[in-house]
Amino acid sequence: MKDFHLEKRRLVLSGIAVGIIVIYLVRLFTLQIMSDDYRKSADSNAFLKKIEFPSRGNITDRNGKLLVYNQPAYDIMVVMNEAENRIDTTDFCRALNITKQYFVQRMNDIKDRNKNPGYSRFTQQLFLRQISDTQFSAFQEKMFRFPGFYIQRRSVRQYNMPIAAHVLGDLAEVSQSDIEDDNYYQPGDYIGKQGIEKAYEKDLRGVKGVQIMLRDAHGRIKGHYQNGEYDQKPVPGKDLKLGLDAKLQALGEKLMEGKLGAIVAIEPKTGEVLCMVSSPTYDPRSMIGRMRGKNQHMMAIDPAKPLLNRAIMGQYPPGSTFKTGQAVTYLTEHTTDPIHSLYPCHGGFYFKGLHVGCHFHPSPLSVVPALGTSCNGFFCWGLYYMLTNPKYGNVEKALDVWRDYMVSMGFGYKLGIDIPGEKRGMIPNSAFYDNAFGKWNALSVISISIGQGEVNLTPLQIANLGATIANRGYYITPHVVSTVGGKPLPAKFHQRHYTKGSRAAYQWVIEGMKASVAGGTSHGAVHPGYQLAGKTGTAQNRGRDHSVFMGFAPVDTPKIAICVYVENGGFGAVYGVPIGSLMIEQYVNGKLTRNDSIMAVTMQHRHIDYGFDRPMTHADSLRVDSIKRVMAVKDSIRKAEEDKLAKERAAADEQKAKEEQKKKEEKQGKPLNDPAVIEDNEPKVETEREHKPKRDSEKDRE
Amino acid sequence: MSPSTRKDDQQGILQSLDWWTIGIYIALLVLGWMSVCGASYTYGDTEIFSLSTRSGMQIIWIGTSIVLGFIILMMDDRFFDTFSYVIYGALLLLLFLTIFNPHEIKGSRSWLVLGPLRLQPAEFAKFATALAEAKLMSTYGFDIHRWKDFGSAALIVLLPMICIVGQRETGSALVYLSFALMFYREGMPGSVLFTAVAMVIYFVVGIKYENVMLWDTPTSVGKFVVLLLVQIFTSGMIWSYVKDKRMTRIILTYSFGITLGFLLFSEFVIPFDIVWVQLIMCAGLIGFLIYQGLSTRFINYLYIGLFAVGSIMFFYSADFVLNDVLEPHQRVRINVLLGLDDDPAGAGYNVHQSEIAIGSGGLRGKGFLNGTQTKLKFVPEQDTDFIFCTVGEEEGFLGSAAVLLLFLALILRLMYMSERQPFKFGRVYGYCVAGVFLFHVFINVGMVLGLTPVIGIPLPFFSYGGSSLWGFTILLFIFLRIDAGRNLIRQ
Repeated sequence: MKDFHLEKRRLVLSGIAVGIIVIYLVRLFTLQIMSDDYRKSADSNAFLKKIEFPSRGNITDRNGKLLVYNQPAYDIMVVMNEAENRIDTTDFCRALNITKQYFVQRMNDIKDRNKNPGYSRFTQQLFLRQISDTQFSAFQEKMFRFPGFYIQRRSVRQYNMPIAAHVLGDLAEVSQSDIEDDNYYQPGDYIGKQGIEKAYEKDLRGVKGVQIMLRDAHGRIKGHYQNGEYDQKPVPGKDLKLGLDAKLQALGEKLMEGKLGAIVAIEPKTGEVLCMVSSPTYDPRSMIGRMRGKNQHMMAIDPAKPLLNRAIMGQYPPGSTFKTGQAVTYLTEHTTDPIHSLYPCHGGFYFKGLHVGCHFHPSPLSVVPALGTSCNGFFCWGLYYMLTNPKYGNVEKALDVWRDYMVSMGFGYKLGIDIPGEKRGMIPNSAFYDNAFGKWNALSVISISIGQGEVNLTPLQIANLGATIANRGYYITPHVVSTVGGKPLPAKFHQRHYTKGSRAAYQWVIEGMKASVAGGTSHGAVHPGYQLAGKTGTAQNRGRDHSVFMGFAPVDTPKIAICVYVENGGFGAVYGVPIGSLMIEQYVNGKLTRNDSIMAVTMQHRHIDYGFDRPMTHADSLRVDSIKRVMAVKDSIRKAEEDKLAKERAAADEQKAKEEQKKKEEKQGKPLNDPAVIEDNEPKVETEREHKPKRDSEKDRE
Repeated sequence: MSPSTRKDDQQGILQSLDWWTIGIYIALLVLGWMSVCGASYTYGDTEIFSLSTRSGMQIIWIGTSIVLGFIILMMDDRFFDTFSYVIYGALLLLLFLTIFNPHEIKGSRSWLVLGPLRLQPAEFAKFATALAEAKLMSTYGFDIHRWKDFGSAALIVLLPMICIVGQRETGSALVYLSFALMFYREGMPGSVLFTAVAMVIYFVVGIKYENVMLWDTPTSVGKFVVLLLVQIFTSGMIWSYVKDKRMTRIILTYSFGITLGFLLFSEFVIPFDIVWVQLIMCAGLIGFLIYQGLSTRFINYLYIGLFAVGSIMFFYSADFVLNDVLEPHQRVRINVLLGLDDDPAGAGYNVHQSEIAIGSGGLRGKGFLNGTQTKLKFVPEQDTDFIFCTVGEEEGFLGSAAVLLLFLALILRLMYMSERQPFKFGRVYGYCVAGVFLFHVFINVGMVLGLTPVIGIPLPFFSYGGSSLWGFTILLFIFLRIDAGRNLIRQ
């Protein structure tokens, strides 16, 4: 029968069935019994890893005064898988004081993988960031009713004084690229974005700890895995001590009020930065927490560019302060004799039809009075004689020798300060001129001798020049941090960088700077009790001249070298000298005399009207529309606020009293329970922009 | 038929009913319900019998299934024979109408919503198709070797498949491929089955190792192995269909010798792509087969040649199909299966998590309702397609092996019962049932174990859901009813 042959096929079919099941049994056996890996993976799934965040390191000034500390804040986290459709939304929204719409939108945003790339239904996702203490306690009471919602304790940065925003920097939530660069970070973590917070991120952040909790099938926590054997305690971040002097910094920011520019002060012996003011500045507290994005945007469109750290990013012509370095070069190269080289200057430098103007003073003169009177003619001749000196062969080689001197003084390259964003400035070499001019000679480049033309320095570099002179020929790479967790910085911040200038040449320059203070352009800087060396600068630019001062004191045991740079301030003696001398006095004496305090207040209120009518840069013109819009909005807000202010004044006084009480508590070391963003009434350094509305009335008074 | 014979009939059913199958069925139902409990249980729930939970609902499905099974056993066995085409026609119409169903659930239109009930007609079409197939093939004079007869038998399977693909339930449609086992039993040439298996091997090996290079030569391992397999399979076919052992040996010797020679040349002298050599060799082999076929007039040579040509054409078009014809999610699933995309958080997430869940079960499992993996919802679709995870995690190797062996026992028992049918109708239907169960277990457990593609089809009696449970119950109990009537002598 035909079927009989086919009946054998049942064996084939049974064989297939048996074969499949046997293969599956073998696979089951390997999965479940042979291998331990899957059990481990399953364990990790059943674990609840509780991350414990370390406290970020505190930051103090050189005298141990607390500048930056931490304050507890609470994030609300959600595990979608547990939360969805299991909570009473109305009740939840009331507990957190949010609208139902916001709740729905937030939940959708979390689930949207475009907005939240790391989304998983099974892990904690950030629902609400940094809720205040009161909200936290209200929410915590009702927590048991909201399965799937958790509270993550974090800390936010808080600032004791509204100063040094540019130096201290700020924190923000990590970006996707931060996470990719360093797998230490997880979404929702915070990372330093600017200043010290960024540069010392790894020291400040510490190491996250983890508690491994066991969960059973009901999701209940069953205690620590292996009695906590694998738990890790968080390692707190290291505290930083800065070279910064908080009082000096605060004074500097006051003095620079209403002006654009920068002050940098350096301790010559150590290279520690004593103060670094960039004006306009802002309150670092405005960059905390949920307000950060909005405030940063406001500042980014501000034409005064408050976010720019002019002290290290502003590249300015150094003006006459540069002449000190020139003098060192000419004297060391012996192309100018300190005593016998007398160069004429009758109202300037006249040679072969070229004219560089100068003011009235006796002529001819040698290097010391030339520095004292800040004679342009002298230094033009000085550079001319150097570049045309036959010992170099040709002008190109001579210029490159000159350039090497400049570079050895820290110009033209980044000094390597320990905060990010430093610019290198500009020192031309012969190749640069070959490119730019084609054919050139000593006269075509003569303006670099007086710190004009192609030369650009950052205020930090100018201050460093002061430190180099104070040290008689070397500098130490400037740095804002003095110790990390009690330990000094690496060796590169202690090493002496010797310039090519000779000690004798520096001595002559110091004499010149002393002369400048004694009876020359810097005579406004005289103070009893210590001797001061200084040099003014009046840097020409397209608009009004910049006012510059560079100096150090005391002359024989230098404690401070300083650079003051006020944009469009006019003569160096107008803004540079008084601000510089007040700063030096504050630091050397620790306080200002009564007269000088009055002087400081006067300086504080002498604002420069930039008006931003100056020839606009390209970037400005791009921004101008948005600025106009912002200004219009601001004006209307201001009007409304002024009305409100009168009513609130009474209330404000009361609050002040409270604040003071709170401060006392802080000093006693009680827990700091302030909300993340404090609206305070402390006097803060106001930026130029904030002052604008008041200007008219002030002018009337003046 | 007098009332007394009818009564005898009923008693006869109870006696001749296959109680082994009933026992396995009940055991699977109980284990299945426990798994649904474990999989759908969320912590905080206290009532596994409550109708608001899936485990509670599953009790209703199980209860109604048993009632359904009982009703079927009470029916006259000739009912199915008589009305098989009517049942098939009605369900085919329903399947066709479902294509235009406005309710879409997870991108599929296969669900019919009738008030509180949601039914998947595709689950019921299986027994209807099996009945129609049994009816057709048991008609007098049906011969599967006749193209016309085979064509109509194939059409009966194809029609519901097309409708189900139209509902975007490709997975359910693939189940109908299991009818091939029945065709094989009923006389379909074994070479067809072998060819199908060979195609699967080409596809998997060729795609998976396409981008792996053979040592230092610019040769794709995938292509190399597939072309070598084509030559081996071809010579194997010469062995079994021409019975010329000498020729087979010569062909194999030449194939291996020449391949090895060029391989060494490419490896040590001048690197080049050996695939070209292999293609030339295959072309030579095919030419030789055609020449032999024409000169000896032995048609098998030509068929073997056709197999070789088809193999190569299939392999080269497979890549094209994978990249241009399949939909992205299907492509991803195939890639994941072949281990091309190893991405635990992406498309392979389900499989990876289910492997973890099963692996964590160990020998004895974590105990009823104590699985952490499935409880904490790490495994998606855990109470439907991925339910076997729960078995693996909570019952361990012992439990899951027992479940697999129960399924094996059921399938073997069904085959045994099919063979004892006095009529072809019962045998064909029985093999259809066995094939459907085998296919479901093969694909579903295979995907949970990471061995077969992730195709969303349920595990019989385990996966949560009324439609599939009812469908499988009807499928099984109709056969039990037919089987129970085997000893009845009719006029």
